[in-house]
Amino acid sequence: MTAPALEARGLSRRFGGLVATDNVSFSLQPGARQALIGPNGAGKTTLINLLTGVLKPTQGAVWLAGRDVTHVSASQRVRRGLARTFQINQLFPDLSPAESLGLAISEREGRGWDFWRAAGKREIVAEIEDLLTRFNLSEVYDQPTRALPYGKQRLLEIALALACRPRALLLDEPAAGVPEEERHDILAALAQLPADVAILLIEHDMDLVFSFAARISVLVAGRLLCEGTPEEIAADPRVRAVYLGEDAHG
Amino acid sequence: MTDVLAHLRRRERWGVAEIAFWLALVAGIVAFPARAGLVNEALIAGLFALSLDLILGLTGIVSLGQAAFFGVGAYTAAILANAGYHDPLLGVLAAIVPTALIGFLTAPLLLRGSDLTRLMVTMGVALMLGELANREDGLTGGADGLNFTVAPLFGRFAIGSFGEGPRNAALFSLAVLFALLFVARRLARSPFGISLTAVRENRLRAGALGISAAWRIVAIYTISAAFAGVAGALLAETTQIASLDLFEFHRSANVMLMLIIGGAGYLYGGVIGAGVFILVRDVVSAETPEYWEFWIGLMLVALVLFGRERLANLVRLRR
Amino acid sequence: MLTLLLDGIAYGMLLFVLSAGLAVTLGLMNFINLAHGAFAMLGGYVTALLMNRAGVPFLATLPLAFLIPAAVGVALERTLYRRLYGASPLDQVLFTIGLVFMAMPAANYLLGNQPQQINLPDFLHGRLEFQGVGIGVYRLFTILLCGAIAASLQIFLVRTRFGAQLRAAVDDSRVAGGMGINVDLLFAITFAVGSGLAGLGGALAADVVGGVDPSFPLKFLVIMLIVVSIGGANGVLGALFGALLLGVLDVLGKYYAPTIGAFIIYAVMVATLTLRPNGLFAKGDRR
Repeated sequence: MTAPALEARGLSRRFGGLVATDNVSFSLQPGARQALIGPNGAGKTTLINLLTGVLKPTQGAVWLAGRDVTHVSASQRVRRGLARTFQINQLFPDLSPAESLGLAISEREGRGWDFWRAAGKREIVAEIEDLLTRFNLSEVYDQPTRALPYGKQRLLEIALALACRPRALLLDEPAAGVPEEERHDILAALAQLPADVAILLIEHDMDLVFSFAARISVLVAGRLLCEGTPEEIAADPRVRAVYLGEDAHG
Repeated sequence: MTDVLAHLRRRERWGVAEIAFWLALVAGIVAFPARAGLVNEALIAGLFALSLDLILGLTGIVSLGQAAFFGVGAYTAAILANAGYHDPLLGVLAAIVPTALIGFLTAPLLLRGSDLTRLMVTMGVALMLGELANREDGLTGGADGLNFTVAPLFGRFAIGSFGEGPRNAALFSLAVLFALLFVARRLARSPFGISLTAVRENRLRAGALGISAAWRIVAIYTISAAFAGVAGALLAETTQIASLDLFEFHRSANVMLMLIIGGAGYLYGGVIGAGVFILVRDVVSAETPEYWEFWIGLMLVALVLFGRERLANLVRLRR
Repeated sequence: MLTLLLDGIAYGMLLFVLSAGLAVTLGLMNFINLAHGAFAMLGGYVTALLMNRAGVPFLATLPLAFLIPAAVGVALERTLYRRLYGASPLDQVLFTIGLVFMAMPAANYLLGNQPQQINLPDFLHGRLEFQGVGIGVYRLFTILLCGAIAASLQIFLVRTRFGAQLRAAVDDSRVAGGMGINVDLLFAITFAVGSGLAGLGGALAADVVGGVDPSFPLKFLVIMLIVVSIGGANGVLGALFGALLLGVLDVLGKYYAPTIGAFIIYAVMVATLTLRPNGLFAKGDRR
């Protein structure tokens, strides 16, 4: 069996007296479609930050494709195949989608320090075009990102992460704030993500979670409450208790 | 969609306006040798402002200490010349070494804290180097500065204040400015340059693409320092003196003003701003020599109140 | 040695009064006011002109050296500065440098390039000796006056309702506004007091630096900024500590290591900002 694409081993993180992440372990097999749900304040953001290397864990380890990356910097983890999207758009307002994707590809190819040759190289254009097409950005490829409609920006958010050619991809609420009429674009983009990439979807929208994920983990108060197929999770009385305690989509 | 390549390369081609700009400068110097001294000053100030544009405009790192490198570059050329190495081109090239080194060593200071911290730290480094130059008067001549002469360029073209000296000096500065602007232009359009834009616009996302902002900032600050050093060496060689005031706070402040007047981020802003700055100073001080700074101040206040962004957008539209 | 220490404290106290306003505007409004030194110049000129042209006694000019810059400060705050709250630090720096560039030639135009001397009254001349420790009378006067100002500022901030509101607003002006504090008024008053103190500091410092001249705003700008960066932008105590540290270091440095000169204080600033990017007194790391 191949090593999991991404693995958390007993991750814990304390902020002073507060335990934000409490002994979380899970693994993401190559090509996995897994979702992470949990009520507000469950520690989802902290967990993402621990996985991506923005925060260091108090205890535990993160493994990426069979190697311990707990002490590897965030940008190095990206180079080793861990990409993410952000809940709130984190884009480059002055660059166009084509330029942003070109940047991501150049960095992946290790050309980020090339200060002499031009950025617009023929070799990367085919890949940029492919990503633009797949994420329905072809019509706006040359617009500055700040001028794009919100839904397009959301798509670019995912396309940028994919341009890193990750083994594992963390999607942080990809549909957050997208108006109803643009949602199908996001759904379509998620549906045709490469099959070999392991994906962890962090999402509030239960329809999206249940249509996308083959497995679901439930995080409550920094701890993994349970993990299972969508059917198992839907039937689990503990999950219902957590979600009935708050609003259904907490 | 075959135009993705054309879109990515749209800023690589030299525009007509750009070429005309350089030709006009050459023609201006040749046609009005009497004003060459002033043009020379503006070109050097423009190069100095270009060095700031690399970090402020391209990368979004504020600095009030660019004079540190200007001063070190000037003294490098002066000390070399007094040690018997009079070649002006050698002086300019040699200025790159210590300035890049100091830039590289002090760049880590820029990585923490807020913009205010960066403004203060860069200012502090410039003032420290100024004090150091003041103290090491055996090497730098202390408060008197260092007078020196350089050999004719390529053994033929005399540089200085007499005869064809000012004209040659201006042409020399123009050539150096052109060469470095050419480098800056390539750099800005390279993957590295675009990654600097990414660091400026969204450091969080840049990190998520695997870009380590810290090293990129250290690299561009080092390059920027070398550019400023070359500008300082040019000024010292063409005026034949290196003095302590090159390190002073108002140098760093003025160069920032020039860049802001011309508009940061598109490389030509520094040169244009320096031209405007020196022209205003020349015209106003012909009337009231002591009060010209007032008008520069007024210009700045108006610029900020009107909105730099709006002005920059106007310029952008015309480009 | 003790004499030197006292000299340093006197100088530090002076620096404190000069930069207290800068520290508070920075902490309260997150505003980088590089034109702060212009108010110091104004205060210096008020005292010098009143003494030299109208024959007003030194002590009697000091209240005016406070009030006039305070009035000018609040007028500028209401008309110009307030538009820049929340602007980028770069815009604030450019704008206030612009004001400095306008203030210096304006002073030159109106009053000339020559320093305006301030002749201290006789009772502030001379030296006192206590058990072998000598101190200039004017230095002692500076220490007492500035010390009194520092103490009353601190008491004012800690004990009064206004002070509590101010501290709340420094912590979070949005929340403070939500709590019904009139943040606008708070800003205006603070700015007035800060400018006034700078003016008073300018008047007191004029004698030490050989008169007031148009270069005053830049002359003190750098050292005021150093005080604030060391103290952290957290108001009175930070600024007081920063100012005293600098004053003592500067005087001792000039005495024991004259060749290094100002190098020491710049080095201290850079070192401080490297280790604690928000100043020694910053509340945690606010990156």
